[in-house]
Order: sequence, then structure tokens, then C-alpha cells
Amino acid sequence: MSAEIGHFALIVAAILALGQSVFPMAGAVRRHGALMALGGTLATGQFVFVLIAFGALTWAFVTSDFSVANVVQNSHSAKPLLYKITGVWGNHEGSMVLWCLILSLFGACVAWFGGNIAPGLRARVIAVQGMIGLAFLAFVLLTSNPFDRVNPMPPDGRGLNPILQDPGLAFHPPLLYLGYVGFSVTFAFAVAALLEGKVDAAWGRWVRPWALAAWSFLTLGIALGSWWAYYELGWGGFWFWDPVENASFMPWLVGTALLHSAIVAEKRDALKSWSILLAILTFSLSLLGTFLVRSGVLTSVHTFATDPERGLFILAILAVTIGGALILYAWRAPALKGGGLFRPISREGALILNNLLMTVAALTVLFGTLYPLIVDALGLGKISVGPPYFNATFVPLMAPLILAMGIAPFLPWKRADLAAAFGRLKLIAGVTVVVAAMVVFLEDRYSFAAALGLGLAVWAIGATLTEFSGRIRLFRAPLRDSLRRATAMPRSAWGMTLAHAAAGIVVAGITVSSVWQTEVIRVMKPGDRVEVAGYTIGFDGVREVRAGNYLARRGHFVLSEGGVAIASLWPEKRVYLPQRTPTTEAAIRTTWFADLYIVLGDPHGEAGHAVRLYHNPLVPWIWIGAVLMFLGGAISLTDRRHRVGAPRRSARPAPAQPAEA
Amino acid sequence: MRPKRRRMAFLSVGLVLLGIAVALVLVALDDGVTFFYTPSRVEAKNVPAGQQFRLGGLVEAGSRKTLEDGVSVSFRVTDCIRSLPVVYKGVLPDLFREGQGVVAIGRLEESGVFRADTILAKHDENYMPKDLADQLKEQGQWHAEGGGKPCAEAKS
Repeated sequence: MSAEIGHFALIVAAILALGQSVFPMAGAVRRHGALMALGGTLATGQFVFVLIAFGALTWAFVTSDFSVANVVQNSHSAKPLLYKITGVWGNHEGSMVLWCLILSLFGACVAWFGGNIAPGLRARVIAVQGMIGLAFLAFVLLTSNPFDRVNPMPPDGRGLNPILQDPGLAFHPPLLYLGYVGFSVTFAFAVAALLEGKVDAAWGRWVRPWALAAWSFLTLGIALGSWWAYYELGWGGFWFWDPVENASFMPWLVGTALLHSAIVAEKRDALKSWSILLAILTFSLSLLGTFLVRSGVLTSVHTFATDPERGLFILAILAVTIGGALILYAWRAPALKGGGLFRPISREGALILNNLLMTVAALTVLFGTLYPLIVDALGLGKISVGPPYFNATFVPLMAPLILAMGIAPFLPWKRADLAAAFGRLKLIAGVTVVVAAMVVFLEDRYSFAAALGLGLAVWAIGATLTEFSGRIRLFRAPLRDSLRRATAMPRSAWGMTLAHAAAGIVVAGITVSSVWQTEVIRVMKPGDRVEVAGYTIGFDGVREVRAGNYLARRGHFVLSEGGVAIASLWPEKRVYLPQRTPTTEAAIRTTWFADLYIVLGDPHGEAGHAVRLYHNPLVPWIWIGAVLMFLGGAISLTDRRHRVGAPRRSARPAPAQPAEA
Repeated sequence: MRPKRRRMAFLSVGLVLLGIAVALVLVALDDGVTFFYTPSRVEAKNVPAGQQFRLGGLVEAGSRKTLEDGVSVSFRVTDCIRSLPVVYKGVLPDLFREGQGVVAIGRLEESGVFRADTILAKHDENYMPKDLADQLKEQGQWHAEGGGKPCAEAKS
């Protein structure tokens, strides 16, 4: 039964989404209060019905209802409960239902928490959310129905791809979608503002929390995906510039730019038209990512099924959304009036620099991602664009960005004195140069990249902390006074400090782990020892183990330092039973400062095994930094100014500028 | 600054950055791009030793050997017309199997052996690299569906 209930609920949700796209929009155009208010009710209704459909699908997975085709293909009765549930979105159809669920949730959130938004704008935002929802619900119903039945019913399912049976990956898609789909709200705000022909500082204030929320989730989602790739794929790397990774990274870059330009829009009533363009681009890149991943033009672990029909459908959604929004932008944006004036050297100027660098970096990533497809389409050969390309384009653009990130918080709005800002950063600049020089001169493996990366990390963290301590007058006022200032500091300032310092931490992690990684590959027999980065690792042997739905060869390694055993590591080679798929489970011992990473390879000779060991210094900082960035975003989101009930538009003499056309 | 001038400044900084980015892209494309060849293409194109490329094909049945050091493996990659010997030091991916599709990234040595830095065998039992499937189709060597046994009927 549950499958029919779910299917029916999806159809009802699609009808509600249709109403949601029409009525509030008509109400906003005719200034009809009741019609506009209907939008909120419909948005809530759409969410409830998608939730019912999602619940029904989950129920089918949990109860292993093998009359449902999707459950047969992606589940197995012997699978642990957690992976039965996460299997719901471990496949194309189910993950699209999750996508719709989150989309409708955001639409409903605008209705629930958007009380302070001007009714006309809110109605239009909800209507645009409804349109996007309708498009994706139609996509699910017409091309990817998760509730299709099979007859006759097979005795058991085929199981979920074993490398997806992992706690890290279980929560990677929901978080990533919260980010991807979250940017649909900023997109809806942009389109609604263009339709209304009016953008003022209040628009910036309303958009910021949504951009912030989406950005925070996307940050966490990307980090989780990269962490998973790091420990599950067994290559010891954390980022491969794979097209699929790029697909999630591009919206992050442009979303980060949006986050910063919305500040200028709010505080200074400037960069509004640019912010709208960024909002459109961010969601467009999210959709492009979905298209690349789901259409089968790329082959990767994310490509569930390569069905040209689905690809075409998403391409159509993509074309209508991006094309429509950009045409609307070209038509309406020139009528938007600019606001506050400023000089190039000012906080506005610095934020513009951030925006340009982020956007251009996203463009180079986009080019590198699409280039192989273009070359192939032109019949010029099969190529792939690898890490060297991305390192050579992306890193040079990030270096000035991080330099600017250190200085920008010292610059006041409107006009600033660069020399004065540098004056306050003398100490940090000195430390940065010394660190970079030490890397160049003391490191026997001379490395410019290492010096640059570490210098930038020190600069980012140091400058951010300097700004923070200046703000609370640390050591210049009594400590109690400083503490009082710190607690009185707006949450958004805390968020910025945390996120900027976290960026430095991530840079440090990436640099150090890439440059100073140690790799040892050798055959080990029980009793053998090997030295890696000051540790002694002894191999104890391998035994067979059997667990729930897999068999494994489990190696035992003893890690000792200075003759004292400090840890045991158990890397595995598993074979998952339903599909007989082999997987590798690396064993990782992590401290805050380094990871020791062991992969068990194939047997060799008598009792010998190929073993691959890595020592990855500072690699944990990459994920610690990403989590801190997320926290920065979350703390900023709790800022009083971003909360419900923030001053209404009417409460302040807003310089609203109606469009002339 | 007046809005018009500000917009100009904004635009020109943007254009300069874009110019820098284009320059970076062009330079990076020179060594960031790797071509994809099957063994016959390698011979036809006369790929010089030392140039990095992706070698795609099927792991020839019965060709996989572990070398003396115990951690290097050698095998042959074939596209049913030509085959190339490959040497790789490291732990092979889980789904590396004889008779199945594989992509090796690396360089040819003077001796004609392909030394791989990375071996890709993706996470699907029926995985056939898309590029490989396309090229095999072009060469008329694609017979079975789902990456089954493309070479089976080609052997004379």
C-alpha cells in the first residue's frame, strides 16, 4: 500500500506546487491579500505531501518491500537498518524525492519564518519556489518514479552499492542538498525582486540569512564528501578535482561571493544588481551540477543510471531556469538604481575584489570541468583535465583572495586608508614573511607552493585574530573589559572571525598534507616492521572475519613510538555478499595534527601482503576548518539582525527605489 | 566616485582579472590536459615516451603478474587489436579484474612499457570507461552490451 500512498502524495504535491506558482503571483500583481496569503498555505501543503511521499518510500525500504522496483535494486533484507534508511537516497529516484522534499521545505520555511518580508515580495518568492518545485516533481513523476512496482516480486533485493554503506556518506547527500537546494531560495528572491522591479537594502537583509544557511550546509556537505573520499577510497587523497566534486564546488564559490555581496547590498545599498546576478548564477550552477551528475555525461560513483530522457528533462529545466532568469535580468536589471557611493579602497572595494576573484575562480573551474565535454563534442579527441590544470589556475586566484581577506575587515566602509590597515597588520605580515622564508630555506625539498600556502595560512589566521583582538581591545583594556566587549560583539562578527580563521586552517591543512605526505608501499609479512614519520608499525597478520552482510580479511598492525605500543590498526578488504563487490577499508589513526593511514593490499607469497601506508600531516585540519566554517555560518545566522522579527521595512526610512520602467 | 565611473572601475578590474584567468587557463591547459588513447591509438599517434596520457582498454586475461618486489604489478592492456605492457607500483583498486575495463594514467618509457601512476577501475562491476566504450565502438570492437566481452568475436 505504502507505494501507492507515496505515489498519490507526490501527485497531490505537484498539483499544490502548480497552485503555489500561480495564485500568490497573481495576488502580488493584483495586490490581493488573500491570494498572496494562499501561497503560504500551499507551500506548507506541498511540503506535507512530499513528506508523506518520502515517508512512504522510507517505509518501503525499512520493511524491505520487494514489490517496489527501487527497493529491489537498491536494498537487501540483510542490510543494517541505518543503511536501509540511507538507501532511500542512495539511488537516483529516491535522491530526487529527497531533493523535492528539501525544496518544498525551504519554500515552506519562507512562508513560516518570512513574516518580516514585505508581502508582495514574499508572495513572489513563494511562487518562484512553487515553479521550481513543480518542475522537479514533474521530473520525478514523469521520468523517475520511485514507486514503480515489480511483478513477480523477487525474494530479495540486490543491495546497495557497498561503498555507499558508510556513515559518512549516509549524510553527505542530505547536507549537500540542503546547500544546493537552499540556494533556490536566494534565486527565488532574485527573480521575485526582478519581477517586482524593486531592490533596496531590505532585500539584502532578507536574502542574507537564506544565503548563509545554504552556504553553511553546502560547506558541511562538501567537507563530508571529501572526508568520505579520503577514508573510503583508500588513495590517501581528499580532493581529486573530479567533475562531480567540481559540480558541488562551483556553487560554493559563487555562493560565497553572494554571501559577501549581500552584505554590501544590505549595509550600503550598493552592488544590488550584482548580488541578484550572483544569486541567479549560484542556483544555476547547482542545477548544472545536478545535470552533469545525473545525465550520464560524466561517469562516476554518483551516476546512478544513465538515461538520456532524464538528462534531457534536467537540461530543459536548466535551460528554462537559467535562460529565463538571465533574460529577466537583462530586461529589468538596468532599471535598478545603484546606491551608496564609495572609493575603490574601502570595505566595499575589498568585498568586490572577493566577489570578482571567487567568480573568476568558479569560471576557471567551470571551464576545466566542461572542456573535455566540449572537445569531445567537437570530435577533437578524448581528453581529461586533471589536478595540474586546477592547481595552476585555482591557486593563483585564491592567493590574492586570502591576502585581501586578511585586510578587508580592517577597512571601513566608503573610504579607507590602506597604509593604516597595513600598519595594524605589521606584526602579522612580519610573521608571515618569516614563516614563508623558513619554509623556503629550511626545507630541503625546496617548495614554493609550500611557502606560499603556509604563508597564506599564517596570514589568514593571524590577521583575523588581530582584527578580533583589536575589536575587543585585548591587552589594551582590562581583561574583564575585553571579555565584556567579546560577549557584546554581534554574532555575525563572531561568525566572520570564525569562518575567516577557518579558511586559514583549511589552507594550512591542504598545504601541509599535500607537501609533506609520506607514502610507503611494500610487502609485509607477520612480524615485519616499518618506520613511517617516527612511528614504528608492526604487522601482526591477517585473519578472516565475517560480519552482517560482508566477509573480510582483516589485518592487524601495531603502532609504536619509542618502543611503546600506542595503538592497533585494523585495515580490511571486504567482500559484500549480495553483489560480491570488494571494497577496501583503510585504517586511520588520527591525532589533531596528523593521520596515519594504512591500506591492506593483495596477498603476496607466503603470508605476505602488499601494504600501503601514509602519514598525512595536518590533514585533519581540512575537516576541522570546514566544520568551523559551518559553525561560523551557523553562529552568524543566530545574529539578532537575521532572526525573525528583525526590523520591518516600514520601520526604517528605506531608500526604496521603484523601477522606472 | 560617481556611479558611472565606479561601474567602469568595477568592470575594468573584472576584465583584468578575467584576462589573468584566461592566461592562467591557457598555460594550465598545456600540461593539465591528458589525452585518452587505446593501445592502437598509442601506436597510430606514435606517442613519445615521457608524455603523460590516459591509457584505456581491457586487462588482458592471464596477463597480470606480481613483480619481484611484491608491490609492483604488470599486466597488459588491450583494445583487441593491439596491447601494451603496463607496470604499476601500488595497491590495485578493488574492482581491477582481468578481462574488464581499466584506465591507467602514466607515461611510456623508452622500452615501450607504460608506467602507470594511477589505475582507475571504477566502482561498478560492469564499469566500462565511457571514453573507452566510445573508442571501441568507433573501432568496431564493441560487441557485447554492458561492458561484457567486447573482444570475444574479434579474435580471428
